[in-house]
Amino acid sequence: MNAVTAIIHRDLLLAMRRKSEVLTALFFFIIVVSLFPLGIGPETALLRTIAPGILWVAALLATMLGLARLFAPDHADGTLEQMVLAPAPLGLLVTGKIIAHWITTGLPLVLLAPVLGIQFDLDSGALGILVVALLLGTPLLSLIGAIGAALTLGVRGGGVLLSVLVLPLYVPALIFGAGAVEAHISGLGAGGHLSLLAALLALAVFFAPWATTAALRIALE
Amino acid sequence: MNWGSPAEFFAMGGYGLYVWGSFGVCAVLMIVEPILASRRRSDILRSLRRESLADKLDSQ
Amino acid sequence: MSNNKIIHWFKFASPQSFYPLAGKMIPWFWGLTAVFLIPGLWISFFVAPTDFQQGEGYRIIFIHVPAAWMSMFIYLVMATWAGLGLALNTRLSGMMAQALAPTGAIMAFLSLWTGALWGKPMWGAWWVWDARLTSALILFFLYIGFIALQAAIDDARRADKAGAILALVGVVNVPIIYFSVKWWNTLHQGASVSLTKAPTMATTMLWGMLLMALAFWMYSIAVALTRVRAIILEREAHTEWVKELDEVKA
Repeated sequence: MNAVTAIIHRDLLLAMRRKSEVLTALFFFIIVVSLFPLGIGPETALLRTIAPGILWVAALLATMLGLARLFAPDHADGTLEQMVLAPAPLGLLVTGKIIAHWITTGLPLVLLAPVLGIQFDLDSGALGILVVALLLGTPLLSLIGAIGAALTLGVRGGGVLLSVLVLPLYVPALIFGAGAVEAHISGLGAGGHLSLLAALLALAVFFAPWATTAALRIALE
Repeated sequence: MNWGSPAEFFAMGGYGLYVWGSFGVCAVLMIVEPILASRRRSDILRSLRRESLADKLDSQ
Repeated sequence: MSNNKIIHWFKFASPQSFYPLAGKMIPWFWGLTAVFLIPGLWISFFVAPTDFQQGEGYRIIFIHVPAAWMSMFIYLVMATWAGLGLALNTRLSGMMAQALAPTGAIMAFLSLWTGALWGKPMWGAWWVWDARLTSALILFFLYIGFIALQAAIDDARRADKAGAILALVGVVNVPIIYFSVKWWNTLHQGASVSLTKAPTMATTMLWGMLLMALAFWMYSIAVALTRVRAIILEREAHTEWVKELDEVKA
């Protein structure tokens, strides 16, 4: 467990030294979300219905931005090879890196989303559901994305390829995440969506670090 | 037998565009795909043959 | 001599012995394709009666359903080969997975294309966000991802293994995606179009579909074997046995 916290600590420290990367992803999220009303029109009723979908799609894209750099810098400077040789199991270290990725890209989105939701005239109940859904969903995005990041490590055209690989796998998260808010707005209750999202998260916590580890070992062979 | 005449057959009861559009594209892909696959093999064979000829000339 | 038995067991797993074997099998699978395709087409166009609701338009079903079945089946087979390649470290498995992917993608494309052409006259729309259509589209994306990943990695062994992990992750995800899209669909569309409640199918239609599905199956094997022969030659270009092949020496 010490190894995990050490990795998280290290990655957060590195992120703090390169604040611009974290902030760029965050502003990307804000800008994408703000562009939609300009493209669609300012009718409040329409914006309210499309808000969950827009916020979620923007969140998917914003997490994609940081993914390409999840393992690449460590691969470039040889840290990754040290991790493979380290006494702590690689799976744990990878989990640590995924958690750090979530703290730097997922968590800010969760905190920012309600502010953007207000722009779309979501009521406080819907905003609450949005935050809970993103809280369950963004770790899922980091976990699935890590598999793609490991697979495309050091591959030519890695960044674009990464989105082609990962975005189709994000579909369930998008459906249940945005669906939770929509279900709440339409009065159906968000419980079902949220519990399915939690189930997916549990599944991903179990499998994704394992698949990521396997992919990293292949990349480093 | 469902059809009185060839024209009736090709019209497909007014659905000709859709039915032949489906079967046509399917047929085209299923003819082109094997041709591409076997051409891929003949391409690599050609370069292998050239290499083996070069080797033979070298050893002579 | 006792080693020979073990070698024999792995014999067909080696590209060297699979290459001529595949060459011998290909004409047989083309033959089988014709054997199923000809009566299949005959039933599709001449035996199966006109549908009382959909007229002649329903005849698209005879290629639409087989293509959709094959697109899913090939993905499973591809993932199985890929998984075997990871577990047993056999070279041939990765090549088979790579050979199957384009055929699977074509089948997925065909199921989408024929689905659109069927949907337009029947529901008045080229595309509806139905659960099956949407998951077929995502399956197509998964194939494209697999092909793109393998194409981007130069080292063949790494490409095989990375592709294998992606294919296995995909296999876990396909049912989740299908389920989630279905859930999403029932929430949004209500009872507008239901594809699951097809009119009871006549036996002749079922036979036609079955024969066409078998024809598509045999076709897929024949093409995949043709392609795997090319892949074997490409990857083993500098081995002795390839140099000794008749078609290379000639």
